[in-house]
Formats: sequence, C-alpha cells, structure tokens
Amino acid sequence: MELEVVFLTFILVLSIFLGFELISKVPATLHTPLMSGANAISGITLAGAFLSAGAAHAVGGEMATYLGTAAVAFATINVVGGYLVTDRMLAMFKSKSEGKK
Amino acid sequence: MTTIELIANFSYIVSAALFIFGLKMLGSPATARKGNFFSSIGMLIAVIAGLTAHQIASFEMIVVGILIGSIVGALAARLVEMTSMPEMVALFNGSGGGASLLVGWATLYNTEVSTFTAVTVILAILIGGLTLTGSLLAYGKLSERISSAAIVFSGQRIVNSLILIGLIGSGVMLANDPSPDSVWFFAVLGLSLLLGVMAVIPIGGADMPVVISLLNSYSGIAACAAGFAINNNILIVAGSLVGASGIILTNIMCKAMNRSLANVLFSGFGAIKQGKAIEGEVKPISVEDAYYILEAAGNVCFVPGYGMAVAQAQHVVKELGEILEANGAEVSYAIHPVAGRMPGHMNVLLAEADVPYEQLVEMDDINPRIENVDVAIIIGANDVVNPSAREDEDSPIYGMPIINVDKARTVFVLKRSMASGFSGVDNPLFFGENTRMLFGDAKESISGVISEFG
Repeated sequence: MELEVVFLTFILVLSIFLGFELISKVPATLHTPLMSGANAISGITLAGAFLSAGAAHAVGGEMATYLGTAAVAFATINVVGGYLVTDRMLAMFKSKSEGKK
Repeated sequence: MTTIELIANFSYIVSAALFIFGLKMLGSPATARKGNFFSSIGMLIAVIAGLTAHQIASFEMIVVGILIGSIVGALAARLVEMTSMPEMVALFNGSGGGASLLVGWATLYNTEVSTFTAVTVILAILIGGLTLTGSLLAYGKLSERISSAAIVFSGQRIVNSLILIGLIGSGVMLANDPSPDSVWFFAVLGLSLLLGVMAVIPIGGADMPVVISLLNSYSGIAACAAGFAINNNILIVAGSLVGASGIILTNIMCKAMNRSLANVLFSGFGAIKQGKAIEGEVKPISVEDAYYILEAAGNVCFVPGYGMAVAQAQHVVKELGEILEANGAEVSYAIHPVAGRMPGHMNVLLAEADVPYEQLVEMDDINPRIENVDVAIIIGANDVVNPSAREDEDSPIYGMPIINVDKARTVFVLKRSMASGFSGVDNPLFFGENTRMLFGDAKESISGVISEFG
C-alpha cells in the first residue's frame, strides 16, 4: 500500500512538470481550444466512474450504482462535448493559404 | 494482476502518451486539429481499458450513463454559438467537477476504505464540489442570468474562514470513520458546495477569464484526487495535465491585468482611487469621414474587445478587413490577453469569421510597431487600450499592460456611448488629439463604412 502511494505521487509530480512544459508552449491564439480540450481530458474521470456504476457493491449498493451512473453521464458530457467543440473550433483556424478558396 | 488488467494498464500508458502528444500539437494552429484527434483516440483507449476492469459486474447502468452524456455533450457542442464559448466551458468545468465529486462519494460505499483513501475521497469531494457550484455560478454570471457584478459584503472573509475551518474539522472526523451515512460526510459535501458559491460571488464579470481558468484547473485537480481515491494512474496523469494548463492560463490572465491572484479572488474590483480628471474634447466622426481616412490608410489594425462579441460584429469586421486589404492596406488584428470573457475568446470569434490566424497578433508583437499603424480601430474594447494604465499613477488600473493604440497615427473608437469600462475608469484615449469617436452599434457602423467602399 505505502509503495503504491509513492508510485502514484511520483507519477503526479512528473505529470505536473510535463504539463507546465507542454502548456506554456501553446500560443495565446489557441487558449480557448486549449481550455475546451482540457475539459475533454478531465472527462477521464469516466474510467473511474465505470467502477462505481458497474461494481457489485456489498453495502448500500443501489445508491453507489446511481452515483456512479450520474458520474458516468457527467464525465461523458465532458469527453464527447469537449472533443467535439474543440474540433469545431480548431476547424475554423485557417492559414492564409487555406483561407482563399 | 490478471492478463486483462495488465493489458488495461499498458493501454493507459498509450493513452497518456497520446494526451501528451495531442497537447504538444496544440502548439501551432496548423497541427492543433490533428492533436485534438490524437487526444480523443487516447481517451477512447482509456475508456475501453476502463471497461475491462474485473470489478464491473453489470454494464446496464454504464450504458445508460454514456448514452445520456453523449447526447447532451454532442448537442451542446454542436449548438453552442462561438460567442457563448465562455458559458459552455464554464458548464464543462462544472460537469468535470461534478463527476469527480460523484466518484469520490461512490467510493465511500466500498467495504474497506483506508484512511489514505478517505483523505483522497474527501479531497475529490471538496475540489469537485466547489468546482461544480463555482462553475454554475460563473455560468450564471457570464450568461447574465444573475448579476455579473462583484458581490462583496462585510465579514465575507470571516464567513469564508468559518467554512474552511468547518471543512477541515468535518474532513478530519470523516477520515477517521469513513462512511457515506456519516453526518460528517454531509457536512463536507454541503460546505464544499457552499465554498464554491462563496468563492465566485465576489468576482466581477470582467474578471471572469481568471475564474474560468482557475475552475478549469480545479476540475483537473479534482480528477487527480479521484485518481488517488481509486488508485488509477491515468486519472492522475490526465488530471494533472489539465490542472497545470488551468494554472498557467490563470497566471497569464493575472499578469495581463497586473493583479495578483489573491487580489482577483478576494477583493472584487473597487475603483477606490479616482484617477486624474481628464480634460479635452471628444471628437466624433461620421461614417463618411471614417471612410475617407480608411481609404487612404496603408496600415490598419483592429483591436477587438468583449463589445465585438456582444454586437456579433466579427463577420463585418472581417469583411471590412478584406476590403481594406484589397485596397492595398496591411491589416492586422491585435488581441489583448484579457480581451473577452475567457482566454483566447476573440481569436476564436475572428477565426469563425474566417480571419487567417497569421493576421491575429499578440499585444507584445503589435506594441513595438504601433507607430506605423495609420488607423487603429477599437471595437468594444476599453480598459485594455486605456493609456492611464501607463501614465496615471493614481489610476486603479495603473501598471496593467495595454495595447498602445494612442501612439497610432489615428484611432477610431467604435462605441455605443461614453460609458466607461468595467473598472469604471475614464479613458483619456477618447479625448486624445488623434482619436475620433464613431458612435453607434459597432456592427452598424462598420457596415456603414463597408457600403461607402461599395
């Protein structure tokens, strides 16, 4: 258990540094798509929500299932909506050569 | 670990790599769309891997959840107007926070909840909860369903401190005896939701870019906490990428307003000190005269602000830009980092109107060559072009970096009336020697100029 906590923290710290490094290179003109794209990625909670919605719970099982289902719905909104709207926006960014049809 | 679990965990590595790759490709508008696609493939892989977990006994409720979420998400993404992107992102932040809150809550029903897990569950509920209500309130303010003014009352800090103390106290009690039926659980839940409301009410409409960025970051951190609660790597990686992104944006927004995060979060915006009284004369201009000046201009720079979004003027702006280019002028669009209601808001609106991204320039690019601009056209921007920020030490916005349009040869200000910007500060630009005011609805004024060219 303790070792697992160390590993998870390790991953956390490295990803934070990586995140700062990556995001600081995104130009200001793409900051809105960056935010909506980040929204989509934060829908990753979905992977965790499956466990709550689908597991056979010992105590108070029904309530946990309902909570999990709601979590699945919320996270899916983020994933589906986030990626679609980001794509819609990015499709609008055209360079000069593309712009002249 | 079973073979399936092993494969699932390896797939998580692949999706993490795809997320990172996708974000890297967001470094340029030319590759950004492909990057978003890679990122979505990463998500698909993570979702499929998540479905193989051996604890899942039934899939019915999962399918129900996915169906509801997909329909709502797809409809929202398709129907939203580009001018309403800030509201949309606020709602997405909220649903991300809500999902983490619910995952944390459901984890409390597990038979064995260790103290460590309980602590991470509490963090997921706390951050997820305050992101949820904070985002809903931010949405209300952005869509003007509720007043977007900052609400500050005496004793606000005391109330907030009490909420925090209550949270810590009930959090400790819950961590000692984790149970979803415990009264301490409901205390943590309720106080977290309340904290979100209290955190956003003192923040005024024009500070929303900071709040949205910050809530974006929180939704990532909440996913991280949920990842610790259920021991899942990919949640931690993806959550911290999102958290870092939100924090960087928050920082950029604060710098662009020359204010500390604490100042934005806690003080509202009171124009406490009154700047110098401005002397001078406002010089209005007719559409026809504006046309004559533009017709002769060799270098034109548009400076859009939130007013352009309100007037839905982006398409006519682009039309005028094209006419000016055909007329031999060099045309650019200078965008201040806090123009609009979220980072990059103006860029998306202009991209929607088909302005090529090469013409969108940042404040630091335009300022060194602003003297060469024949006509700077200000559309619905105010504080971001207010020279008091540079010159008047008594001005409340003193020190904020601005686009120095007052140094351009001629400045057109498109404005409905003489009202001041969100800071309530007078703008000496309007009284400048080389400034001409084109009063009226921005869209109509520009259409008027276009028809003169016609």
